[in-house]
Amino acid sequence: MTANFRSLPVILLLTIVSLPLVIMYAFTIVDTFTNTEPGSLMPNEFTTEHWRFLWSSDVGRGSVWVSTVNTFIFASTTALIVSGISLTAAYALSRLEFPARRFFLAGIIILHAFPTITLIIAIFLILQLLGLFDTLIGVIMVKTALELPFGIWIMKGFYDTVPWEIEMAGVQDGASRFMVWRKLVLPQVQPGLAALLIFSFLSGWSEFILPLVLAPGSDAQVLSTYLAYFLLDDSLEVDFNLFKSVGLFYAVPVILIYLVFQKKLMNIYGGGSKG
Amino acid sequence: MQLKLNNFTKTFGEVTVIDGMDLTVNDGEMMALLGPSGCGKSTTLFTICGIHRMNGGDLHFGDRDVTHLPSQQRNVGVVFQNYALYPHMDIRDNIAFPLKVQKQDSATIKRKVNEIAELVHIPELLDRKPAQLSGGQQQRVALARALVRQPDVLLLDEPLANLDAKLRLEMRSEIRRIQLETGITAILVTHDQVEAMSMCDRIALMRDGKIEQLSEPSEMYNNPANTFVAGFLGNPPISFVNAQVAGGSFTFGDNTVAIAEALKPRVGGEVQLGIRPEHFGPQFGTGVTGKISFVETQGREDLYNVTLNSGGMIRSIQPAGERLKMGDAVSWGVSPEAVLAFDTSGDRL
Repeated sequence: MTANFRSLPVILLLTIVSLPLVIMYAFTIVDTFTNTEPGSLMPNEFTTEHWRFLWSSDVGRGSVWVSTVNTFIFASTTALIVSGISLTAAYALSRLEFPARRFFLAGIIILHAFPTITLIIAIFLILQLLGLFDTLIGVIMVKTALELPFGIWIMKGFYDTVPWEIEMAGVQDGASRFMVWRKLVLPQVQPGLAALLIFSFLSGWSEFILPLVLAPGSDAQVLSTYLAYFLLDDSLEVDFNLFKSVGLFYAVPVILIYLVFQKKLMNIYGGGSKG
Repeated sequence: MQLKLNNFTKTFGEVTVIDGMDLTVNDGEMMALLGPSGCGKSTTLFTICGIHRMNGGDLHFGDRDVTHLPSQQRNVGVVFQNYALYPHMDIRDNIAFPLKVQKQDSATIKRKVNEIAELVHIPELLDRKPAQLSGGQQQRVALARALVRQPDVLLLDEPLANLDAKLRLEMRSEIRRIQLETGITAILVTHDQVEAMSMCDRIALMRDGKIEQLSEPSEMYNNPANTFVAGFLGNPPISFVNAQVAGGSFTFGDNTVAIAEALKPRVGGEVQLGIRPEHFGPQFGTGVTGKISFVETQGREDLYNVTLNSGGMIRSIQPAGERLKMGDAVSWGVSPEAVLAFDTSGDRL
């Protein structure tokens, strides 16, 4: 009781500070289902016309469902490849002695901190050369490559916390190095793997710049570029409520994933302390 | 199975940790590798189990040359200092893991796991996870896992270091019982002389990558080869004083200690005397005078530090009784037969 009272001022302050945000979110949701007279604050009629992009094909560029499927493929493929490579590469960096190991470690840190947007022209040229420009595969490859340093670094942190003795014990028990990795070490880093999977999926889902520059056509379009089209295209009259509806549609999976997996995602920030 | 290490050399980069060491552990024997940290005892252990490669020499288990075999093919059971149980498996799976690796059928695995659990007294713990066990229980599981596939050699790396004092006492006798019951050849690495003396048939006392002395515990205690061995064994530790040989007795300052007949022909000039605390006290007469500078009560016994008038200090341990106080002047004697004499370079005379 007293503890609650003592924290009351803090709660009050936090409420006031975050009120603008909450109001913005609330109006985003309200606006998608209503119309408001110009100059007025309160909506005056209920409507579903802002959600018409879901069923009518004359809104936006291309179908929203194709974009959704594209986004899903893009995000999940990226997540799977990043996690798969990180899982093995990080083990090697954490445990195995091989030539230029220090170089690789330093490289990963540098790449991790590198502003990727500066690479975009070079990447554009390479994709053009490979004939992968304006394809989903091309964007996936680029996104995966750029996401890998982060993934490897995170997974290495998790591997580093697994005691050496467990591996030594496994080897003494007669298991091969591969079996030790699969049966004894992988289960220990499994929380990290789960977090990395979700994290890289979300990162792929929200990626905007790469698809915008490297897959500008409508075939390989993802939701972020589908959404941006409403703002970028000059020929259209900007319909902000439609824009908000598409935005909400785009954000709902992210919110759901965060709600379901927030505990696992927290692992990545504590990465290493517990595993 | 007999274990034979021949001319074993191990280097890490530029540093030679062990240079030309020979060690033979007989079949069914429990051998202690004892020494201060950094003496190379753990390196030796990890080389025997194959985690470190040898830079020179060879290793035989019985007639089998295992020098170049990887760990997986050596058939060595290891108990690590932190037990290294697999945290995601329950105890049954932990113990069964070496058998599953060998792809034994599940009926055999079940039978063997139950047998070994019986041996180490943990049948009721099989369905728990390692995190739910106490240190002593984890220790038993680690032992069971190391023993379940009937290894040629059992290696124990500081197995008692993580246990509290009471459990340590219990596990000391438990490990010895299990070793005797299975009749396995075992090597125990420890820095604790009490563990080594109480658990093992023989002790190899190491310093700086060399074996200083290899003998049975009582022999090593009563008959140390040099001051290092004498100083390492015994708790409370032995005291050393520098003395001269003059007229049939050792003298240091105004103190005299008689020389035992057997020792007389071997000593002369400057010597170092090693006097164990149980061989110095009023029951051995007089001759050594000083002041009590420290008293420590150990319940059954009292430990005194006696600072000699001539400088230097000798410890004495006596049955608890009428307690002397710090600062009391004493004149006690030393048992002549029990005095250990070393030359100035530290070797036994």
